Amino acid sequence: MKKILAAALFGCAMMAANAAFADPVKIGMITTLSGGGAGLGVDVRDGFMLALKQSGNKDVTVIIKDDAQKPELAVQIADEMIQSDKVQILTGIIWSNLAMAVVPNAVGQDIFYLSPNAGPSALAGAKCNKNYFNVAWQNDNLHEAMGSYASEAGYKKTFILAPNYPAGTDALTGFKRFYKGELAGELFTKIGQTDYAAEIAQIRASGADSVFFFLPGGMGIAFMKQYAQSGIKIPVMGPGFSFDQDVLGAIGDAAIGVKNSSQWSKDLDNAANKKFVESFQAEYGRLPSLYASQGFDTANLILSALAKAKVTDADAFRAALKAADFATVRGKFKFGNNNHPIQDIYVREVVKDAGTLTNKIIGVAFKDHQDAYASQCKM
Amino acid sequence: MTFALFAEQLLNGLQFGVTLFLMAAGLTLIFGVMGLINLAHGSLYMVGAFACAAVAAWTGSFWLGLVASLAAAAGAGALVELLVIRRLYDRDHLDQVLATFALILIFSEAMRWLFGPFPLYLDMPALLQGAIILPGGIEYPLYRLAIIVIGIAVAIGLHLLIARTRIGMRIRAGSSDREMIAALGVDIGKLYTIVFALGAALAGFAGALVGVNQSVQVGMGEPVLILAFVVIVIGGIGSLRGALIGALLVGVIDTMGRFLLPQAFMLVMEPSAAATTGASLASMLIYVVMALILAFRPRGLFAPA
Repeated sequence: MKKILAAALFGCAMMAANAAFADPVKIGMITTLSGGGAGLGVDVRDGFMLALKQSGNKDVTVIIKDDAQKPELAVQIADEMIQSDKVQILTGIIWSNLAMAVVPNAVGQDIFYLSPNAGPSALAGAKCNKNYFNVAWQNDNLHEAMGSYASEAGYKKTFILAPNYPAGTDALTGFKRFYKGELAGELFTKIGQTDYAAEIAQIRASGADSVFFFLPGGMGIAFMKQYAQSGIKIPVMGPGFSFDQDVLGAIGDAAIGVKNSSQWSKDLDNAANKKFVESFQAEYGRLPSLYASQGFDTANLILSALAKAKVTDADAFRAALKAADFATVRGKFKFGNNNHPIQDIYVREVVKDAGTLTNKIIGVAFKDHQDAYASQCKM
Repeated sequence: MTFALFAEQLLNGLQFGVTLFLMAAGLTLIFGVMGLINLAHGSLYMVGAFACAAVAAWTGSFWLGLVASLAAAAGAGALVELLVIRRLYDRDHLDQVLATFALILIFSEAMRWLFGPFPLYLDMPALLQGAIILPGGIEYPLYRLAIIVIGIAVAIGLHLLIARTRIGMRIRAGSSDREMIAALGVDIGKLYTIVFALGAALAGFAGALVGVNQSVQVGMGEPVLILAFVVIVIGGIGSLRGALIGALLVGVIDTMGRFLLPQAFMLVMEPSAAATTGASLASMLIYVVMALILAFRPRGLFAPA
């Protein structure tokens, strides 16, 4: 009896000791760190880790794995992280086809998923989930902004193209939702495609007055290089993904003057953003991209929720996430009913600043913009 | 649809075809002469592209980079033949596939270790920049035109090498009767190394040429490798002529499919559905063509007797 009592006392003491420290939190980051899409994943990771480092929070461990932009690999990593590593939060996926393969299954197992990039329409509408939070945008958003810009700029015949995967179809749907002119052509290319000769020939023959393209990462670099060599003089535009810091250096001066849309820009005037841009540059020796800003915001959102609630108390933690009570580099940020952002979207122009190609804001496309699928979400 | 657009697409198909030929030629030679299935051929393509990008960045000259791509790929090929492939000639195809698949992983990791996970970019040589106007009012990028010319020149050169030279005679003899040529006193080991290095050099050269228009990255060889296998299966494994015809066929069909299928669907569907369906079907098209050809000619179009 004495022994049992002692053991029980010891147990209680252990529990008390445990409570004195904050709960350890395990975050699994599945992202693209190799191949043509590596630039995006590396920026999300670096932005995320920078926020964590600045917080000085020692209770959070992050397990980072490379999905090589392959859906089957992402699914395998997610299973491993949930089952063996026992992560409570997943994040990091760049590509919508990978997100569609991982997210519904993960949130079904009561894991929180915070998207720092992909925002496929299905997960914003009918398949929305209380444990799925998108900290970046719904896929259509930046394209909607460019559609609205193209109409305002007086373009009447735009040629549009995007890769044939969920984010690509979302992109063109989003553009068309706000574009009032007619289309000179609409094309879907293979994801990961690197030769655009056939598409460029069709642009040349289409009689378009402008080209809108969504080709993130290496695809966009290949497209712009080949477009510049084709002799076509039709102006191009795109979402921020087609012209952000990760690809501008490789595209070169051909990008100067190009208009693109983004929810973030390095010259956004707020204290959090100034500090972010400065510290990112100091830490990594390069300018942050919009992907880095999204990674940074994602980490800060998680940290803000952890300060209010334990991740093990799912309801409280979820409410803390939804409150979005963190210093965003976008200036302001809030979640809509479907856990997707309601935010401003800007039009930017590519400029050369002290020898480096970068973007500067020239206007606001939307104020407090919400995605078109929110009403289909029963939350 | 205008004539200029159609002609430009045909040129695009041709250009894609000749780059495929550079890959397929080595693959089919190696299979024809040594009976070896070399999955690592795509890695040699990648090695060539990386060598070109690295040397071009270092010296500032694309042309030196091109030379480096030939040298690096041929060197890597010869080394791999001596160290690994040599032990596989007498094994069955499954062992060869396993071993050369391992080589893919080794090459990919080595490139990642040497150059990092980010893609490298090759600048186009000033001489070949911009577009020119061809007869018939077709505006076409000079660089792509140069690839077509280079590809055709390589095809002619290879044909002459195989048909007219002593080493070519040995290669032909080696592919028709291995034991006999060894009995006649030809150093078959050296011949194999030379053929392997030649095939590797062609693949590396293709990698460097394509790297300029795209990006140089780990894993860039595998999609091309799959197409190169389609080419040699269509053309008849072991046949150089088959590889050329097969490559041009695949290049033109793939390009034309991507171009015409969405337009064909547009006649019966609304544009955006037609664009997605057309794009999905176009990516399958060459495999459908391959299946059809194999149904009627199971050994390919130009299978050696």
